[in-house]
Amino acid sequence: MSKIWLVIHREYVSRVKKKSFLLVTLLTPLIFPAIMGLFVWIALEEEDNQALRIIEVVDDNKLFFLESSEQYAFSFSDASPGQAKKLVHEGSRYGFLHIPKFDIKNPTGISFYGEENPSMSLISYLENNLRKKIEEQRLFESGIDPKIINDVRTKVSIKSITLDEEGTETVSDATVNYAIGFVAGILIYMFIFIYGNQIMQGVIEEKSSRIVEILVSSLKPFQLMLGKIIGIAGVGLTQLLIWIVLIGTLTTIVTGFLGMQMPQQQAMELANPELAQSLGQNTEMGEILQVIAGINYVQIVFSFVFYFLGGYLLYGALFAGIGSAVDAPSDAQQFMLPVTIPLIVAYMGLFVFVLNDPNSTTSFWLSIIPLTSPIAMMGRVSYGVPFWELALSMGLLILGFLFTTWVAGKIYRIGILMHGTKPSYKTLWKWIKANN
Amino acid sequence: MLKIEKLYKSYGTNKALTDVNLDVSEGIVFGLLGPNGAGKTTLIRIINQIIDGDSGEVYVGGELLAPKHIEMIGYLPEERGLYKKMKVWDQMLYFARLKGLSSHEAKAKINYWLEKLEMETWKDKKIEDLSKGMAQKVQFISTVIHNPRLLILDEPFSGFDPMNAEIIKNEILELKAKGTTVILSTHRMESVELLCDQVAMINRSKKILDGTIKQVKSIYRPEVYSITLDHLTKDLPAEWISKEDEGSYSFTLPLSGKHPNELLSELMQYGQVNRFQELIPSMEEIFIHQVKSTGNE
Repeated sequence: MSKIWLVIHREYVSRVKKKSFLLVTLLTPLIFPAIMGLFVWIALEEEDNQALRIIEVVDDNKLFFLESSEQYAFSFSDASPGQAKKLVHEGSRYGFLHIPKFDIKNPTGISFYGEENPSMSLISYLENNLRKKIEEQRLFESGIDPKIINDVRTKVSIKSITLDEEGTETVSDATVNYAIGFVAGILIYMFIFIYGNQIMQGVIEEKSSRIVEILVSSLKPFQLMLGKIIGIAGVGLTQLLIWIVLIGTLTTIVTGFLGMQMPQQQAMELANPELAQSLGQNTEMGEILQVIAGINYVQIVFSFVFYFLGGYLLYGALFAGIGSAVDAPSDAQQFMLPVTIPLIVAYMGLFVFVLNDPNSTTSFWLSIIPLTSPIAMMGRVSYGVPFWELALSMGLLILGFLFTTWVAGKIYRIGILMHGTKPSYKTLWKWIKANN
Repeated sequence: MLKIEKLYKSYGTNKALTDVNLDVSEGIVFGLLGPNGAGKTTLIRIINQIIDGDSGEVYVGGELLAPKHIEMIGYLPEERGLYKKMKVWDQMLYFARLKGLSSHEAKAKINYWLEKLEMETWKDKKIEDLSKGMAQKVQFISTVIHNPRLLILDEPFSGFDPMNAEIIKNEILELKAKGTTVILSTHRMESVELLCDQVAMINRSKKILDGTIKQVKSIYRPEVYSITLDHLTKDLPAEWISKEDEGSYSFTLPLSGKHPNELLSELMQYGQVNRFQELIPSMEEIFIHQVKSTGNE
């Protein structure tokens, strides 16, 4: 046992002390907000600085009116299309919208001319406005006052409440649950891939540099493999912990900073959800805060740590097994497929099935089968999962990683001493079956 | 110190060791000889408990080989390996701790060896910044750091320049004087004759020879004599191909069933016998002869 500890210690310290680890760990939480901030800033700048674009509108029906925005101004005229196009050419107009005479039941032939491709948002803005006007016109022709339609329009939002066995009611919101499942699933997926690869690289390094021969004369190959897997898990957990602390601190600073610029009421709600509730549960912000407060954090955090480690151990052992069988990382490709496919299936499944319908049959199976459950179950946990399903999934995951560790141990023990031969699946199978 | 009885090991249909018996007494340097692929590495790996034999027993210090013996064995594999990015000190500490030394003991030992081989200034260097010879020294220290009672060295001199090879040779002899049993696996016959008290030769999975250097040399005696004659009184027979140098003739003759004295009196008829000496084969010649006679593909 003390020897495994030595291996864990070496694997951990040699990685955490690396400059690249420090750099990645400290910069990643800064880079994402920085990139997002940059985008927001650029977008704001662009909006501020953009010159007003004037669009010439020639409406042969004399029907439409388009409201000018900060970015676009519309100038209506009776100019001929030729004249209008000339204006665009000269640069005095950004574009030219031509609305020829059309049948109101089937409007066709509306065109936009411009020197450059117009943005999606401009086109949809124009389309929406024209559609609305045409619809109003048709309603009017059918004898309905458009004003009535406007009066009748009502906004409906459903507050969804989950009832648990004890009858406690919790306000839930699919968006918040979705976000939690989404982030947790992706984190586990990335963690398995990045750190699984590190295990593999480490094993290949020891094998190809022949250090392994000295190591296994001092301890059992299985101890060496396990020590490496656990040591690298420690590196990953350290990284995650630092990220959580950093992001937490940054968010506090940023929200604190933004808070001063926010309208009073919202800031108050953010700072004090209970107050917001008492002020009125109808405000959207209050509702989201109520949802956030209603989530079973203990269960989510516990599940996250469990699936995070369980998934990593399950796949980590497989990565170690693959690393031991090959002489160089390039040879590992042929064995990577059976490992990456279930991971990708789980990842795709998370988006296609689990997050959209956490209680469907597919979602159920994805979250039970150990190869996909670490990612898929995280998509379900925030929505609430029956206890027995969670227990079954976790139990199977434990059995799963015990099994993969056993298989990988068998391959590893023989693989690390084999040089110069490219093993096939058949040889791997032989190694697994071998008693010695 | 080490006793091996009826050891067998095969990989599938490939036989690596067939009925190997060895007895290595305490405090000697034991040469393990044999061509590539003969089964030496397999034997060494079994002693190191890296792999298990199919059948047969291995005893260390009179006890059946068990995990606790790991700490009394030091092993320098033929293919050397160190963590390139690790510092000399950290590396030695890691290997020493894996061999069961406490952190305190390990540090004292490392300091002792660094000083002994004049390497103190390297201790904070990474392996990748060292020359090959320097790295080899680090590897050697890592092997002996825990004072093993049984030291297994696989081609210990490869990669060393003559100066450093000499240092390592002296270290091996010093360890032997302190009572360490050394098993030396090598192709370099001159170092075998210089260092080894006893040898065993393995070819195609079988032990084909063992004993002290003298015993081994007496097994294979081609009975050929080296002769120098001068002041010739009559012409030498044409079939004695000789080399002339200022009136003295040198050649070799096999005994061909005669007694050495008979051959000598025959020679005296031709002139003055200046030299009459039996050619003792070198270990190299014995090695080549034995491997050829037991077959080698």
